[in-house]
Amino acid sequence: MKFIGFALGFWFLGGLFPLLLGRRHSAAAACGVVAHLAASAFALAAAITTLASGKILGWRWDWPAAAGQFHIVLDPLAAWFLFIIALLSAVTAIYGWGYWKSSSSGHPHGAAWCFSNLLAGGMALVVLAGDAVLFLAAWEIMTLASFFLVTHEDDLPQNRRAGWIYLVASHVGAAFLILFFLWRGSHAGSLDFTVWAAQPLSGQTMGGWFLLALIGFGFKAGFIPLHVWLPEAHPAAPSHISALMSGVMVKTGIYGLMRCLGFFNDWPEWWGWVFLGVGLASGILGVLLALAQKDLKRLLAYSTVENIGIVALGMGIGVLGISLNLPALAVAGWAAALLHVLNHAFFKGLLFLGAGSVLHATHTRNLEQLGGLLKRMPWTGACFLTGAVAICGVPPLNGFLSEVLLYSGAISGVGSGQGRAVLAGTLLMAGLALIGGLAVACFAKAFGIAFLGEPRREPAAHAHEAGAAMKTAMGILAVGCAGIALLAPRLWQGLQRVAMPLCPLPAGAGAGATLEAMANLQTLLFYMVSGAAVLIALVLGIGGLRHALLRRRSVSTVVTWDCGYARPTARMQYSASSFVEPITTQFHLLLRTQRHEEPPKGYFPSQAFFVAETPDTSQQKFYQPLFVRLREALGRFRWLQHGNVHLYVLYLALTLLALLLFSLR
Amino acid sequence: MTSFVPLVLGLTLAPLLMGVINRTKAFFAGRQGQPLLQLYYDLWKLLRKGAVYSQTTTWIFRAGPIVGLACAVAALALMPLLRTPAPVSFAGDFILAVYLLGLGRFFTVLAALDTGSSFEGMGASREAHFAALAEPALLLALVTLVLMVGEKSLSGLMGNLDALHWLNSGPALVLILAALFMVLLAENARIPVDDPNTHLELTMIHEVMVLDHGGPDFALIQYGAALKLWFFASLVVSVALPLPEMPLALLAVAGVAGVMLVGVGVGILESTMARLRLLTVPYFLLGATVLAAVALLLTAFRA
Repeated sequence: MKFIGFALGFWFLGGLFPLLLGRRHSAAAACGVVAHLAASAFALAAAITTLASGKILGWRWDWPAAAGQFHIVLDPLAAWFLFIIALLSAVTAIYGWGYWKSSSSGHPHGAAWCFSNLLAGGMALVVLAGDAVLFLAAWEIMTLASFFLVTHEDDLPQNRRAGWIYLVASHVGAAFLILFFLWRGSHAGSLDFTVWAAQPLSGQTMGGWFLLALIGFGFKAGFIPLHVWLPEAHPAAPSHISALMSGVMVKTGIYGLMRCLGFFNDWPEWWGWVFLGVGLASGILGVLLALAQKDLKRLLAYSTVENIGIVALGMGIGVLGISLNLPALAVAGWAAALLHVLNHAFFKGLLFLGAGSVLHATHTRNLEQLGGLLKRMPWTGACFLTGAVAICGVPPLNGFLSEVLLYSGAISGVGSGQGRAVLAGTLLMAGLALIGGLAVACFAKAFGIAFLGEPRREPAAHAHEAGAAMKTAMGILAVGCAGIALLAPRLWQGLQRVAMPLCPLPAGAGAGATLEAMANLQTLLFYMVSGAAVLIALVLGIGGLRHALLRRRSVSTVVTWDCGYARPTARMQYSASSFVEPITTQFHLLLRTQRHEEPPKGYFPSQAFFVAETPDTSQQKFYQPLFVRLREALGRFRWLQHGNVHLYVLYLALTLLALLLFSLR
Repeated sequence: MTSFVPLVLGLTLAPLLMGVINRTKAFFAGRQGQPLLQLYYDLWKLLRKGAVYSQTTTWIFRAGPIVGLACAVAALALMPLLRTPAPVSFAGDFILAVYLLGLGRFFTVLAALDTGSSFEGMGASREAHFAALAEPALLLALVTLVLMVGEKSLSGLMGNLDALHWLNSGPALVLILAALFMVLLAENARIPVDDPNTHLELTMIHEVMVLDHGGPDFALIQYGAALKLWFFASLVVSVALPLPEMPLALLAVAGVAGVMLVGVGVGILESTMARLRLLTVPYFLLGATVLAAVALLLTAFRA
């Protein structure tokens, strides 16, 4: 517990020093990074100890606030998320050190470092909180800190707009959560999570509570259609902050859902179907929207929606497995969801850092202007490719393993012969296969258009490799992606400690079956990892053969054989939009890609252009009209506001009087 | 050692399968056609050549063929032939096999984009699109077999699938077979999805992606493509021919004959059918998915 204290201390207090140092950038950065690294070291030590031993630690302090307690609990579930938070915040801090050092913008970095420390500390406190009031306070710290980071470069109007959308979405979500916690708390007569978990509720009223939690946490996690803030906020934030927000912060929504499910008993089956539906919608729409984007960071933001969908699919079959009493299904679902949370933090963090290096080197996020970066930025390119292979869910990297766990759940669902489990398994199987295939197309485009071929515009031609700190940070995450993949069977014990409490099957036969299912999954992962190792050996063998064959022969370089055309220009290359055109056309019903074009006319066309863009339908068709209506409706109360202080004092007095009467009644 | 038979057969005889298809097509066209062993000669010739690379390309372009072949070999190591089990088998191995092919495709697409040629970009775009649609069909067909036979590995499936299954759930098996064959055509760039002999780069899918490869690299690609075709052909044959237990040698002969028959079937199809318009290929693949899904429902809810 001491470690946790130190970690929180370094995050929250260590963040103050850079704030005081203000515009003395290098000193502020040094303080910020050191605080981050120290805090993360302590947090990692505490998290790993808990994951290895399974011991639950707790600490209480009756704080002088009106309600609740400063109660922190480190159990395996919290430790799993704390591990991710600590690791990613340390790596992104190293990256941020290099990123902000060499950026020329005039924004004060002291405040940014302070908020980045607060963000990491806030996220850690969210997963550690054992009390509703503390949880909500930490939730708010996290939201506000990240809001200030999103609007760090606040001289750009689109960044201010992104920050505003993020702030509104977060607080709409928080409102649902406050409602949920108050309701649950008034029912239990306490705001303590351990009390809630010890007396789990069951019965008819649970449904409404579940929906409150789902919407409240769904806004943070980015389930479709609650995802509106992700594609706005991620491109606006500095890249290592996007990595932290996308890789880690959205997962606090997943954490919240997992934690809150523990407050209920006898989960009804429809919860599982809701998760499955949300997962399929987020997964398929997320990857399609990602595919259609030209902005690299917007693409990655939508891909986060897709991956959160995959996590929701895991939670869906996890819940279904328990309510249908199929341990193999439940275990596979929860293990897949947890492992994918970890995996996604690594590869999405890596991809955002890579995108940050690209942005840093070329000052553009537009894929249509990039190209040929692998030659100019070999390290960044190799790291980005690692992340791309991992996120596509193909062997030999870590993304494959969590998808395998999901597939094994689908197979056991189909094999169970129970009608509804068969249906769930089928939907999962087909959905996941489609998501996987589209993800391959999406990241072939992202990597292929940005890093391969010839530079499409001037800045890409003069790109330079990232600095040492940035390269180190990307390297750590790339090694992590491979490391998780190779060590997964060994990390299994820790994962099992986290997943078992999420599978509350009846004791006796159920528990035995759960353990057996766990062991089966571990064997499966072992085989998959061996398969990956064989694949790597084959690649090396065939590569060696090719090398030996070509050693003494003529190897020459010429221009690309463009079907005989000898003067190709960079503008003749396939573009990001053209690469995905067949898919966006096929899924036009869902994507509504808009084209603006002026085709060439006549024999000597003077002017022609073509632009395809895919705006967010849910924002354009749902949120924007909704908020416009809301503003109109609220405009009717304008007459209450006159700016006259006397009038406001009168309002206050009237309110107090009304409350007094209410309490005397 | 017995279980290495399918892998060894595949590695040695896969180029012959290409020859069988080409000879069948030549027969239908009234030509004499190339020798059956033409691909072996081609591979030998290519392996002895040097290489020419585009100055636009990077190491991705060189890695593409290597990763592609490695993935095809690794996937083939999981594929049984009739009742003869594969060298490696474990519950859920078919997912590894499908995803290995996915990795190979990812690198082929990247290698195509690496040249900066718009023709190769075009092929890459189509390949990525069609593969994304073929994958659900393939996995649904395989999981239907899992449900029907009650085994979770490819070798277990093919080892336990017998004539009784054909008697009891013939309609579902016919649908599965149709879906698998359609996926075979799409994944291996055959008519009606893609025409391996077309002369116009604009209409190609797979062939156009490898335009810039030459020498040993191209040999790796050709060999990998042959292995992939063998992989799918043995899958189709193993489902279609539920032979009883018999000696290994006999099984091997039957298996090879079956695979070659699939080759003849592909050849006949290619000779008698035009290719689909590119815009209608997605519906072809969607059709395969629907067939597989219907088979799954038939199997799951068999009263």
